[in-house]
Amino acid sequence: MTGADVVVVGAGPAGLACAVTAVRHGLTVDLVDAGWAVGGQYWRHPAPVEGADGAGAVTAGEVAHLHHDLPTYRALCSRLEEAVAAGRARTFLGHEVWTVGRRDGGWEVAATQRRAAGGRHAPGGGELRVAAPALVVATGAYDTSLPFRGWDLPGVMTAGGLQALLKGHAVAAGRRVAVAGSGPFLLPVAVGLAESGAEVVGVYEANPPTRWGRHLPAVARNVAKLAEGAEYAAALARHRIPLRTGRMVVEALGTDRVEAVTVARLDATGRPRPDGRTTVAVDAVGVGWGFTPVVDLAVTAGCATTRTDDGRHVVAETEGRTSVEGVYTAGETTGVGGAALALAEGERTAYSVLADRTGHDPDAARLRHLDRRIAALRSFAAAMAQAHAVPAGWVDATAAETLVCRCEEVPRAAVDHALRDREARDARQVKQLTRAGMGWCQGRVCEAGCRALVADRIGRPDRSAATERLVAMPVRMRDLLGTP
Amino acid sequence: MGRVVVIGAGIVGACCALYAARAGWEVVVVDREGVAAGTSSHGEGNLLVSDKGAGPELDLMLSSRRHWLALGDELGREGLELDEKGGLVVAASEAAADVWRAFATGQREVGVLAEEVDPVDLEPRIVDGLAVGVHYPQDLQVQPVLASQTILEAATRLGAVLRSGSPVVAAQRTASSSTWRLRLGDGTAVEADRVVNAAGPWGGEVSALLGGPVPVLPRRGFVLVTEPVGPIVRHKVYSADYVDNVGSSDAGLQTSCVVEGTRGGTILIGASRERVGYDRSMDPDVVRRLAAQAVALFPVLADVRILRTYRGFRPYCPDHLPVIGPDPRCPGLVHACGHEGAGVGLAPATGAFVAAMLSADHGRAPVEVDGVATAPFAPGRFGEAVPA
Ligand SMILES: Cc1cc2nc3c(=O)[nH]c(=O)nc-3n(C[C@H](O)[C@H](O)[C@H](O)COP(=O)(O)OP(=O)(O)OC[C@H]3O[C@@H](n4cnc5c(N)ncnc54)[C@H](O)[C@@H]3O)c2cc1C
Ligand SMILES: Cc1cc2nc3c(=O)[nH]c(=O)nc-3n(C[C@H](O)[C@H](O)[C@H](O)COP(=O)(O)OP(=O)(O)OC[C@H]3O[C@@H](n4cnc5c(N)ncnc54)[C@H](O)[C@@H]3O)c2cc1C
Repeated sequence: MTGADVVVVGAGPAGLACAVTAVRHGLTVDLVDAGWAVGGQYWRHPAPVEGADGAGAVTAGEVAHLHHDLPTYRALCSRLEEAVAAGRARTFLGHEVWTVGRRDGGWEVAATQRRAAGGRHAPGGGELRVAAPALVVATGAYDTSLPFRGWDLPGVMTAGGLQALLKGHAVAAGRRVAVAGSGPFLLPVAVGLAESGAEVVGVYEANPPTRWGRHLPAVARNVAKLAEGAEYAAALARHRIPLRTGRMVVEALGTDRVEAVTVARLDATGRPRPDGRTTVAVDAVGVGWGFTPVVDLAVTAGCATTRTDDGRHVVAETEGRTSVEGVYTAGETTGVGGAALALAEGERTAYSVLADRTGHDPDAARLRHLDRRIAALRSFAAAMAQAHAVPAGWVDATAAETLVCRCEEVPRAAVDHALRDREARDARQVKQLTRAGMGWCQGRVCEAGCRALVADRIGRPDRSAATERLVAMPVRMRDLLGTP
Repeated sequence: MGRVVVIGAGIVGACCALYAARAGWEVVVVDREGVAAGTSSHGEGNLLVSDKGAGPELDLMLSSRRHWLALGDELGREGLELDEKGGLVVAASEAAADVWRAFATGQREVGVLAEEVDPVDLEPRIVDGLAVGVHYPQDLQVQPVLASQTILEAATRLGAVLRSGSPVVAAQRTASSSTWRLRLGDGTAVEADRVVNAAGPWGGEVSALLGGPVPVLPRRGFVLVTEPVGPIVRHKVYSADYVDNVGSSDAGLQTSCVVEGTRGGTILIGASRERVGYDRSMDPDVVRRLAAQAVALFPVLADVRILRTYRGFRPYCPDHLPVIGPDPRCPGLVHACGHEGAGVGLAPATGAFVAAMLSADHGRAPVEVDGVATAPFAPGRFGEAVPA
């Protein structure tokens, strides 16, 4: 097989569903993912032992108890395996896509092999370049962090980071762990930790449950979500994990690593109250404020983005088609909505590719079903975003010397100075004056915090455009040689 | 004296604003976005004498270099990140070395310091077996975004005002022809006695809107930024074929990289040149070529990772010289754009030119400013009928 009809970047629920659907309807597919197995964030896998080349199928194996909906996963995997065996699909796992560009009227995806688990580069090196008339960007999302006092201490991580350690390495990050931030995602993280033997001292959810009150219609359309919630509530109770709402971690304390966290109650306006703070001993804490879509490759391809109410950029699309011809998207790149939505969108997008590539009219009843399902799940996602918004007073958990950008060691005071005393009016200008977001992580960790800080200081959402990252993953120069 | 509106808050506009304010003008800087939102934040900050052959651009650069050092004394080097880093040009073959020796001889005659060296003495990590290296101690470096800010803030302290966030969309001259009325996108207007076109690569469009079109076009360039690796490259290092590319009028892609280390420990590798309009698309092939050239100069870079690449649009004139001076067709309009790949370097001298020209009678620019002849840069050189 040379040159597939579609190249899909991202083998999470969205990319997987898209690839399998496309193959089922006669298209050939190349599927590329940085992970060592298909499944994405939802069905995340341990890294292979050192020396493995990432080509072998790695199954959920010993972390199976952490995964949901494994039958769906296994069904998708076996259909993908059949397609690979039949020469209708190729998978390129352990491949980090560093960029995309136009090639021969279509799109080329350029990737390099990821370092093996031991930190060494895979043997061979070089570049993988696959081109196709249609490109699907299904790169998902990663969890959002906001700075607070002590957040740079070892042992402080994101809620997703806790989860990744568990699913990816089958280890709990600590023996006494606090989970904080906002969103339903905190619950599975806490339960997973407890099931792995850690003591979860508390789940501190910033928003009161009453915020869901306004969104009952959206909840009613998604009964499965209610059931999921009830399941987690039961699991929390079973493991005696206290769920404390209207609270947030305002400081991590410790010298060489985190030893305790200070938890404050939030007032009605979302500001941490000075009274009644408690200090809880922990050896790890995970704080998560929802998810930030990974739109880098889509932006590089020239796709338009829109800004959500909470200030995050998502790829603009209709039925999976972006603003750029031949470029499609699905899953969290279009807005954060969970795995079920990602699966539905992946399938929907495959039908759009199919229609555009072949003129073939896909199954109308199936499309109607998918569109209804996507609409319902999106209404739930919108409700969730509002019910679990970042509280207005999050900045009170920072001090002037709190680093907002850790790579470049930029304290909050420097951002304040740029906005107050210099000519910076938006996040882009703040970045240029302070270097916040210019270091190793290229703002992937600190951009949400910087934008939120700017919004707080200027009193309205930051309006600067989505950050362009033409290099989506760091790429070793040696790997680029010899393929002019 | 009266009021001057500077269109564009890039490095050139910032310098025009400061020098005009120092000359006593009431200055308003208008930018559709903000300080250094255009090319000045999408290039690099090399202030090179080394890449310019004897001629008007080198004369302007030598003057500008003195201005940069003076700005460093007055405003503080830290605020500009001004570094006397020095450049190193290397040639791989004896033939290329001879061509460069002749080039350097011309440069020395006008005051450039250029000393033949063994490249390894200055750059221990450079590739073995190069035929020659020429060291240019006068090459400087600034951080263009910080410099634009710092210079504009100095102008503000002298009373200049920045109006950002809205473009100039239309211009009228009053009946007496002596004052301008510029309309902004937000519906407001600014009146002015003089207008300076410092709109960088958009200088062509802005000049047309002002009624005095000059031919400025964009020339795209990509820059690579690596992970921080510490001081493995000490100077601005490039190979001798760079200058041919800079001077080329070919629309096709040219790459010949300049490699340098930054304060943060990252390595900057720039830059390609290509005339493709304002096409913003990513071109992975350009990155591959720049990376290959950088590794050819510094083999240790092979195992260094690229974190980021960005691209900008150089403001380009057909004869590779900037347009600086009063527009013969439009009383009160002074152009200051089209500096191509040297706008950061040439900005202060441009500011000094503009300040001297603002008070000159219409069309009668001073013949020299700071001892540099003004004629080669005059807008009139394109003739009345300006090519599209
Ligand atoms: C830790 C964690 C736990 C979660 N738990 C739940 C839960 O319990 N219930 C629920 O409904 N949702 C949960 N979610 C959300 C759920 O995982 C997502 O909704 C779902 O995975 C989105 O699917 P996706 O295909 O859009 O993206 P992802 O699953 O994120 O997949 C994106 C894929 O793209 C790949 N990728 C991205 N960029 C590149 C690149 N440049 N090169 C190569 N590959 C690339 C990634 O490696 C990844 O495999 C969780 C999310 C996280 C992070
Ligand atoms: C890749 C690359 C590398 C480079 N490297 C170097 C180097 O090492 N050394 C060097 O000296 N030079 C270098 N340059 C060139 C240098 O960056 C430019 O010459 C210089 O920045 C031009 O400055 P400027 O102020 O004229 O233009 P800009 O910085 O582009 O400023 C023009 C301003 O005008 C504004 N504007 C446009 N239209 C309107 C309107 N209608 N109304 C209001 N405002 C408007 C824009 O918003 C913009 O802020 C490089 C350029 C590139 C692309």
